[in-house]
Amino acid sequence: MRAATTRIAGALAAAGALVPAAVHAAAVEGAVQKQATNWEAILMFLAFVLFTLGITYWAARRTKSAKDFYAAGGGITGFQNGLAIAGDYMSAASFLGIAGLVYANGFDGLIFSVGWLVGWPIILFLVAERLRNLGKYTFADVASYRFQQTPIRTLSACGSLATVTFYLIAQMVGAGKLIQLLFGMDYIWAVVIVGVLMIGYVTFGGMLATTWVQIIKAVMLLSGASFMAFMILAKFGFSPEAMFQAAVSVHPKGVAIMSPGALITDPVSAISLGMALMFGTAGLPHILMRFFTVADAKEARKSVFYATGFIGYFYILTFIIGFGAILMILAPDANGAYPFLTAAPAAGAKAAITSIIGGTNMAAIHTAHAVGGDLFYGFISAVAFATILAVVAGLTLAGASAVSHDLYASVFAKGRANEADEIRVSKITTVIIGIVSIFLGIAFENQNVAFMVGLAFVIAASANFPILLMSMFWGKMTTRGAVIGGTIGLVSSVTMLVLGPTVWKAVLGNPAAIFPYDNPGLFSITLSFVAIWFFSITDNSEQAQKERRDFEAQYVRSQTGLGAEGASAH
Amino acid sequence: MNQNAQRILSNPKFQELIAKRSAFAWTLSVAMLVIYYGFILLVAFGKGFLGTPIGAGVTTWGIPIGLFTIVSAFILTGIYVNRANGEFDELNRQIMEDLK
Repeated sequence: MRAATTRIAGALAAAGALVPAAVHAAAVEGAVQKQATNWEAILMFLAFVLFTLGITYWAARRTKSAKDFYAAGGGITGFQNGLAIAGDYMSAASFLGIAGLVYANGFDGLIFSVGWLVGWPIILFLVAERLRNLGKYTFADVASYRFQQTPIRTLSACGSLATVTFYLIAQMVGAGKLIQLLFGMDYIWAVVIVGVLMIGYVTFGGMLATTWVQIIKAVMLLSGASFMAFMILAKFGFSPEAMFQAAVSVHPKGVAIMSPGALITDPVSAISLGMALMFGTAGLPHILMRFFTVADAKEARKSVFYATGFIGYFYILTFIIGFGAILMILAPDANGAYPFLTAAPAAGAKAAITSIIGGTNMAAIHTAHAVGGDLFYGFISAVAFATILAVVAGLTLAGASAVSHDLYASVFAKGRANEADEIRVSKITTVIIGIVSIFLGIAFENQNVAFMVGLAFVIAASANFPILLMSMFWGKMTTRGAVIGGTIGLVSSVTMLVLGPTVWKAVLGNPAAIFPYDNPGLFSITLSFVAIWFFSITDNSEQAQKERRDFEAQYVRSQTGLGAEGASAH
Repeated sequence: MNQNAQRILSNPKFQELIAKRSAFAWTLSVAMLVIYYGFILLVAFGKGFLGTPIGAGVTTWGIPIGLFTIVSAFILTGIYVNRANGEFDELNRQIMEDLK
């Protein structure tokens, strides 16, 4: 047993700063065994699919212009958008992964939840309203506002596509594994179903359908998690102290689960992680797009307020569910049996964490089974599938918009493309992204893809975010500074991550990492900002002078919304 | 630069809006960062304190402090939205009104 716990600690330490990113990625890693067909889950999932297809049909009839397709006509309310943003953030893997972390380590799970959340207030205070006032459909609209369109849009589109691709691979592989485990369905079928449904939502229903699918899933996930937390607390007369005491008595780590463990020791890693989470969130193209779906800056602010509330509430629930899992899984049930362990512990010994069926990420699912029976287990399984579907739809739309709005309409057609053509390109790209991700999902079935979400976050934080932030805050920035800084951020983040322990050592199997830290955020983000600064101030070209003069008009618009995009008429 | 933007720039109300809103936004940002990094530094260097039980039970100080960090994020966003959607938006409305 000691060997088992040491192994978990070792694995977590090896994944180090990227653990939370990994948590967002593949929910289930390694080979999984196909389970018996879970009919309750399949029926509930079918009901979800039928309902969302109905919404897509409704949305398709309302989606006519480019503004409808990319930004849901700008008519989403702050509350709805807050739910949708929270939905993008509460992926299946963050639900299963954080509950699993709490189950295995107790308090440490809370540290990660906090890290995921605190970026949101900063986004609200410094970025949200400027972004809404300046942008139209994609974040590149803001980043390229007063600069030369071709280089900045090309770079932003590359940053978006890189982020989206790595994120999608992780989600597709996670989906396949999870569905295999929960539904008793073949991996390949799960991947194909996810791919086909997301193509359907996005091509026909655009942002309106994508947003509503995300809202419905967020409500399902929040209700399911609330029910679980309520049932767990009810068993202990709503006394957290009683629940903690029971957990301490059955957990092999005992009272240690109530205090911070070995997950974060070195401050450089901690700060680097915090920066990647905070700035990465503010650089994810599918999240940034959501700020353009609301009518004005006022609604954009409300979106973040509601999103922060829902995400924070969700993390508190996950913490309770993780402790519930300790009690449902490691303690014997009413009949003295251990239904969720591969082997019952020897008489007098505590159960081992790792003997859980399906791995620690299954902790929340087993807990659902224990508190709500077969029907609720089916519901939570269906929610997990729906969650992945909703997240991949948002990613695909962001990727397609980068191609149609940034590359096709601005770079290739130089702004002369008509709306109908632009939407057509977007729909064709959606189909291509869908098909490519099905193939990537199949190709990466047996690879360790957990690091890919970390990669997506670091790229978003180092390539997309610095350009976006500096273009809004710093009048002396020029095209040259933006292009060189963004490129350096992109290249350095990928290089350092690949040479670091997560990829070089853990994935490629080299004996030692060349770059010492798991998360290069601190270094690559800094490099990118410094490069933007240096290559801007040394730029004295005619073009640079003009770009600096244009800042004042941009500044007024970003602060007041003068000339900003409004909601469409219908 | 277009004329409207020029007029807004020279409007004292605009200067007032920018000064108030930036000061408020940066203050709240710093508050959030201090709370978050304070928590992370406690995790890295103050494990003993976070692991100390409150009273006689097993619930440690780490639990309410962690929950406080989560709740504070929500409260700070609420404080900002309340003032921005009220006072700041009113000022902004007046600035746009002055253009007419």
